[in-house]
Amino acid sequence: MSDARNSILAKLRATRDAHPLTPPASDFTPIEAKVWPEEERLPRIRRLMEAVHTEFLDATEADWPAVLRGFLAREGVGSLLYAPATEAGKRLVEGWEKGPLPAPTLIPYDRPLEDLKPRLFNAIDAGLTTTRGAIAETGSLILWPTAEEPRSLSLIPHIHVALLRADMLHDTFLQAVRAQGWAQAMPTNVLLVSGPSKTADIEQTLAYGVHGPKRLIVLVIHP
Amino acid sequence: MDGNAPDFAAASRAALADPELRGNFRRAMDGLMSKRAAQFADTGEWTGVRALAAAVRLRALSKLPELLEKLEETCTRNGITVHWAATTDDANAIALDILHKANAKLVVKGKSMVTEEMHLNAVLEQDGIEVLESDLGEYIVQMDGTMPSHIIMPAIHLNTRQIAHLFKRKLKDAESREDAAYLTDLARRVLRAKFEAADVGMSGVNAAVAETGTLCLIENEGNGRMCTTVPPVHIAFMGLEKVVERLEDVPPVISLLPRSATGQPITTYVNMISGPRKDGEKDGPREVHLVILDNGRSGIYADPELRDTLRCIRCGACMNHCPVYTKVGGHAYEAPYPGPIGKILVPQIEGLAKRGAMPHACTMCNACVEICPVKIPIVEIMGRLRVEAVRPGGAVKDGGAKASRTESMVWSGWAAMNASPTAYRLATAAMSKLGNAAPSSLPVLKEWTNVRTKPRFAGRTLHDLARAKGIPDV
Repeated sequence: MSDARNSILAKLRATRDAHPLTPPASDFTPIEAKVWPEEERLPRIRRLMEAVHTEFLDATEADWPAVLRGFLAREGVGSLLYAPATEAGKRLVEGWEKGPLPAPTLIPYDRPLEDLKPRLFNAIDAGLTTTRGAIAETGSLILWPTAEEPRSLSLIPHIHVALLRADMLHDTFLQAVRAQGWAQAMPTNVLLVSGPSKTADIEQTLAYGVHGPKRLIVLVIHP
Repeated sequence: MDGNAPDFAAASRAALADPELRGNFRRAMDGLMSKRAAQFADTGEWTGVRALAAAVRLRALSKLPELLEKLEETCTRNGITVHWAATTDDANAIALDILHKANAKLVVKGKSMVTEEMHLNAVLEQDGIEVLESDLGEYIVQMDGTMPSHIIMPAIHLNTRQIAHLFKRKLKDAESREDAAYLTDLARRVLRAKFEAADVGMSGVNAAVAETGTLCLIENEGNGRMCTTVPPVHIAFMGLEKVVERLEDVPPVISLLPRSATGQPITTYVNMISGPRKDGEKDGPREVHLVILDNGRSGIYADPELRDTLRCIRCGACMNHCPVYTKVGGHAYEAPYPGPIGKILVPQIEGLAKRGAMPHACTMCNACVEICPVKIPIVEIMGRLRVEAVRPGGAVKDGGAKASRTESMVWSGWAAMNASPTAYRLATAAMSKLGNAAPSSLPVLKEWTNVRTKPRFAGRTLHDLARAKGIPDV
């Protein structure tokens, strides 16, 4: 289809050159002006995300695996998929101590999706991911899947648990893109996640868990 | 009228006669308008971000050929295969070729307006490929055998009772429950099995970033993520206007799109795809294809006034606020894009012979222009299309197709009357004396007086009244 390519581009170029367009300046000030004091960012994120059925847990670096284990045990979750090669995955396994309730089985995501698909779709309850921070303006988590931490961890299991470090919060999407230098190194997939899967396609009635996770649990790790 | 051309007047009469349909739209649009208004309560913020988003879109259009080349280069570098399609037939052929090479039997699709434009589902089904819409609204519409009635909420024309009946008829094991949560869960069970088994996933593109070769998709349901993550092949379709220059241009567009569309601060998922699965990665499609479609867009781009049509970010807010759309609903337009944006986009793509009626389905009230997040002068373009429809030789396909000898004579007469003081005085005097005697059933008057009171001519003309006040004629 190179003919189509060349003829489309030639036509666009000729007509644009015949009638050039001078756009107004792109003034980013209205977005740059959106800033929140540091102490207000997390409460704001929490309020916005809770409004769309996200659940929050608080923990520290030392106790987050135990906090998560206790929560999932109380909720009767049978299995948790995790990324074994990540720092968080290693900490999870180390801190998965025994408790009074039966803990979910830890399942490592250690093979290609094709080999895990039937289990992932039909037998795994929850998936654990890290985040690259969150955005105060909209209440959105930044997910940065890697070879070690595949993207389907946050998509296919019914429950998605996301670790959020309370010192990695940004004011806006634009600020996160700039501060983290996204344009220089975009991975295969980046995601903003702002709640569990939802729809309002049936008479505008909100229903959660239509295709992706039914529940989103944000485990905040306070310094 | 062309025998094959959609008849908006007849379709809208049928819609107006359906109280359940009108109720469904009224409720939905009232809700969407108030949710959007709440999002933009800070008018200073709205004004600033709107100006920025419009500037971002205009900057992209000002460099369109270069940005498309850059997009091709960065996507290719990332491992995405880029295809160019001049027409919808070309785009369908490209899709079929990829599907045949992948030996695909089952396709899952996320929401994509471009594929509606291509009638892709029908083409695939004809080829023996099962294709399943996975956005819940699209899934409902596909099951119902109709077309989407709104670009953001495809099944907004149906209420819960109607959808429950549809599920009961079409899905085995469905219970008769008029409950959105139950129906949603039922769809989840059916579609999850399809995501797992699908050979190819398809999606649209909300913005494609030339700088980084990134395809941005926004959605609430996660079906878009499923379609672009689980199957081994992903095909994305975009109109050539969807490109933006830099990654930093995405936040302003994303800031306005969901707020304008559904009154949400952001959608649940913003999904940014910059390539297929890399070595060592455990998931994601092994092939990603991007199909860039022209289908008349380069013609729209050629005209400096009509070019603004291509700024559109497909938020659908113009529909939600259009007094015509909210009364007749989306199906009356019989077009892939209904409402105000459809009234300017579809006639330019499909031509005025077939779509010349669409720009007339407008009260020129400017509501769409007031709320458009990228400031498209929809009403001005609508006026231009009305002129082009009756005047041959313009920029739009099939210009002059709606020219009528009678209309032309009436306007010539009107011009002649207004150009001659004597003719004007005679005509206005005649109207004030005899105009009220014209019966409502006259052919020209009937369309108006069927649903409105016939206007009454004053007994004295403006000139008479002015003279009586001592103001001399010039």
